[in-house]
Amino acid sequence: MQFNNTENYITTEDLEMAVNAAINLEKPLLIKGEPGTGKTELAKQVALKLGLELFEWNIKSTTKAHQGLYEYDAVSRLRDSQLGDKKVNDIKNYINKGTIWMAFSSEERAVLLIDEIDKADIEFPNDLLHELDKMKFLVYETGEIISAKKRPIIIITSNNEKELPDAFLRRCFFHYIQFPDQETLAKIINVHFPKIKNNLLQSALEIFFEIREVPGLKKKPSTSEILDWIKLLLVEDIPVSDLKKDPKDMLPILYGALLKNEQDVQLFEKLAFINRNR
Amino acid sequence: MYTNFFLDIKKFGIPVSIQEYLTFLECLQNNLSEFEIEKFYFLARATLVKHEKFFDIFDQIFSSNFNGYEKINVKAIIDKMELPNEWLEKLAEKLLTKDQMNEIKSLGSFEKLMETLKKRLEEQKGRHQGGNKWVGTAGTSPFGAYGYNPEGVRIGQQESRHKKAVKVWDKRIFKNLDENSEIGTRSMKIALKRLRMWARNGLDEEFDLDNTIASTARSGFLDIKTRPEKENAVKIIIFFDVGGSMDAYVSKIQELFSAARSAFKHIEYYYFHNCLYEGVWKNNSRRWEEQISTFDLIHKFNKDYKCIFVGDAAMSPYEIEMVGGANEHYNNESGRTWLERARSQWPNNIWINPTHEDYWQYTQSTLMLQEIFDNRMVPLTLNGLDEGMKLLN
Repeated sequence: MQFNNTENYITTEDLEMAVNAAINLEKPLLIKGEPGTGKTELAKQVALKLGLELFEWNIKSTTKAHQGLYEYDAVSRLRDSQLGDKKVNDIKNYINKGTIWMAFSSEERAVLLIDEIDKADIEFPNDLLHELDKMKFLVYETGEIISAKKRPIIIITSNNEKELPDAFLRRCFFHYIQFPDQETLAKIINVHFPKIKNNLLQSALEIFFEIREVPGLKKKPSTSEILDWIKLLLVEDIPVSDLKKDPKDMLPILYGALLKNEQDVQLFEKLAFINRNR
Repeated sequence: MYTNFFLDIKKFGIPVSIQEYLTFLECLQNNLSEFEIEKFYFLARATLVKHEKFFDIFDQIFSSNFNGYEKINVKAIIDKMELPNEWLEKLAEKLLTKDQMNEIKSLGSFEKLMETLKKRLEEQKGRHQGGNKWVGTAGTSPFGAYGYNPEGVRIGQQESRHKKAVKVWDKRIFKNLDENSEIGTRSMKIALKRLRMWARNGLDEEFDLDNTIASTARSGFLDIKTRPEKENAVKIIIFFDVGGSMDAYVSKIQELFSAARSAFKHIEYYYFHNCLYEGVWKNNSRRWEEQISTFDLIHKFNKDYKCIFVGDAAMSPYEIEMVGGANEHYNNESGRTWLERARSQWPNNIWINPTHEDYWQYTQSTLMLQEIFDNRMVPLTLNGLDEGMKLLN
């Protein structure tokens, strides 16, 4: 199994290396990087490219580790016992499988995405150490041991909101998605908008990288933002000449797609004001 | 084979364990690097480094460990290695024309063959600077057959490869990521975790199994009970010393503050300068306009609150003992009076001091504060925090 560039996802050599190492050694891969650089998308593309099923587990601040394994639904069992339902005698009827269980029980090798692991409690990754390492766990209620039929490809993403514990990191491969350089970004845009005119692409990229250079931005626009922006430019059919208007006019056309923060917009307005007075 | 490299990584403070090193070797064994130095680099990075802030150090270590390998030239290898005869013959067949071969054969000596070969190899190297694969590709060349893969050692095409490969780690693109301020907050959060008092407050959101069973049994129909979820009910009031001698500890204090903010739900914080007096403030840029009366705080926050002072305790003794001793304004009551008031209102209190414990004895004011706080002063280290949290419990 080898992962490389797909039709709509451009990879770099180091990313391919990390993914292939994780596939080969059957260990989880931890992906970090700026927001919007395609961390979550990676898992989807790996599944697509290798033709495997994808199991997604999106983590929230309230998510507990055992929810990924299974949940025991005591309430419906109580209710059924009230109604005299025969189901009640078998506890298995009330154990709901979590995402990890489903990925483990898949007959074919699957891709398991654990998205934004840093959102959860600080102890969350520690609670999953054994499950991710040995790829098996015990169902306490039935005494059953669930182990992975085929060790899934596990991709974990993190946004750096919390430090992850060392014991957890030791068990993973790690990759940090760099923000793409101009060349790679042009490739990425071409993949998404194959019909884009070259001169529009070039000037859009120039403006985009200028914006990223502006010091003091709260949220630098990233890949997903430029894709949205170019989509808008194409839909509105903006000619290239409009893009390169007055250099003193700092705010780019349709800037709403690029700047997601009113402080950033204000910053740009201030800069534009200073430039105008020069 | 790569032990020195591994030890170097450890030496320069990248947290890495034997387990990861073994994983790395396993990857090499599975031939993931395909004997390309660039892939080898990516592989080493993905297995051994687990945080982007270490990428830059790693790049430098890698560069110092492996850059030499690319400079190995053919002559050095031929001089050093005992090469098997059939290998050389095969190589000779590839490099020399039939006529030349015959000529050497007529001379009949193996030394002669070696010499010619050496010469030829060097000539070739000079002429093919562009990086043509003149010894054949990885699979077919005699080098490869011998198990000495030129893709790994880069014999012959070092120039062009060298340029390309060096780009990656010698560019040091991860330089900025090095100065991430988040270092250490995790361990601080863990230390602060000691201070947890679970209590049930707020909305009934959690299913209460025991209670449900009990009340179902009692009433004869299903009677579901819920209860509020457990949360950390510890209440904290923190006073931070700012300005002056505290400037040196700003980053450390910031870490403590961000760790505390996420560990405790009920946290109140105020700033003071050097010693506690009649006024504190929440906003440092408006500290004179928006002072909050310390007296009000003492009345507002009840005894449940645990009180933490953070400061270096370095000041003139007058600032603690004397009326009018404060260095920025005239105080009607001494610092000691205010500190004792605060301590009697919040009996669970500590003073966290960011200066090193060994230096405390040289500052008179530190000794005085230690006495006021009944020795409940701890250094801002993980052990100190641990100890402090025990004192607060």
